[in-house]
Amino acid sequence: MNERQNGFPNSFLRGLAALGQGAMAAAAHTGQMVMFTGHLLWRLLPAWTRPRLIVQELYAIGVLSLVIILISGGFVGLVLGLQGYNILSKFNATESLGVMVALSLVRELGPVVTALLFAGRAGSAVTAEIALMKTTEQLSAMEMMAVDPLRRVVAPRFWGAVFSMPLLAGLFSLVGIAGGYFIGVVVLGVDPASYWGQIQQQMQPVDDVLNGVIKSLVFGAVIGLIAVFEGFNAEPTSLGISRATTRTVVLSSLSVLGLDFILTAWMFGA
Amino acid sequence: MNAQRGIEMVVGAFVLAGIAALLVLTLKWSDFGTSSVSGYTLTAEFDNIGGLTDRSPIKMAGVTIGRVSSIQIDPKTFEAVVTMVISSQYDNLPKDSFASIYTAGLLGAQYIEISPGGDTKVLKNGDKITMTQSAVVLEKIISKFLFNKAAAQ
Repeated sequence: MNERQNGFPNSFLRGLAALGQGAMAAAAHTGQMVMFTGHLLWRLLPAWTRPRLIVQELYAIGVLSLVIILISGGFVGLVLGLQGYNILSKFNATESLGVMVALSLVRELGPVVTALLFAGRAGSAVTAEIALMKTTEQLSAMEMMAVDPLRRVVAPRFWGAVFSMPLLAGLFSLVGIAGGYFIGVVVLGVDPASYWGQIQQQMQPVDDVLNGVIKSLVFGAVIGLIAVFEGFNAEPTSLGISRATTRTVVLSSLSVLGLDFILTAWMFGA
Repeated sequence: MNAQRGIEMVVGAFVLAGIAALLVLTLKWSDFGTSSVSGYTLTAEFDNIGGLTDRSPIKMAGVTIGRVSSIQIDPKTFEAVVTMVISSQYDNLPKDSFASIYTAGLLGAQYIEISPGGDTKVLKNGDKITMTQSAVVLEKIISKFLFNKAAAQ
């Protein structure tokens, strides 16, 4: 008995079993998420019969995230301005600082950094809220009263995330460009007309701005979906709530970065 | 009810600010940077302006003294007519000044450099700089160099 437990074939088999268990759990989790998405899809439009709820979520998810988004945007812009100036001055092309800062923000950093901060600030809060509602059986109580929790609780939060993201990302980019202007023009002495002029000439409304908005809409939908799903599917214990919150942040950050690569390859590649 | 109204107003402001940010990014700051230049205008004709654009700087001895305000084609001579606004503190440019288009560094943006002449009369609002030198197009120089090489052999 003892030698069989410690022998090579047995420990190998046990490792194999653990791997299989993990894979099956992951597959089950994915399957539940797909089912949940299907259920949620049918409630997305009916949720608009009570727009007040969506407005309330826009406040809780969007407005309350403003401070962290604006401050981070400013600092990202300052850093971009400094780094860009150091690199561009080697090529005697500091006039292009504006367009470099603006394009990196509008195309990439705006949507992605906003999404990462958004997942940490708003996504985790949504998950914890819904998971606690489930733990304290508020969701079951709603069902008893023939109120559909998916429509009353989940769908408005999803919509709030979808609409907040592009607005937050736009503000992030704008504040970042202003930060780059401060470092480049006010501190380091880049020609102000070149800073704006090059942005004007080279930034395209469809290729750059619209693609950035599409990215942030997709990120908002993904983060919203993961956040409400993890909350709705959480194990109704205090440990379950903490695990669900962690999973929301980890899963949404990974999906945002992965999706960003796919979207970038589709929009700007090839 | 009042708290609800307050939230709605804040959300309205948030949505407006976000849409305004996206609009500003889309419409590309239509008027930034031009309105700050005031002074008198001069024109100059060039065969080829290269990559010169509206708002390119006008420099003298390396110091920015004005901006390009518009670029058009003269319908008769088919030359580019560049209109520039020179800051009014530099109102004593000699009449026979020379305007040439240069590039800042190897990759930089193009600008107009004005070399002052020796005339005692000065350029006034609406005057034309007659002596100009066009932008240097790198490809032309390279092809000239290659053809010279080929001819020498």
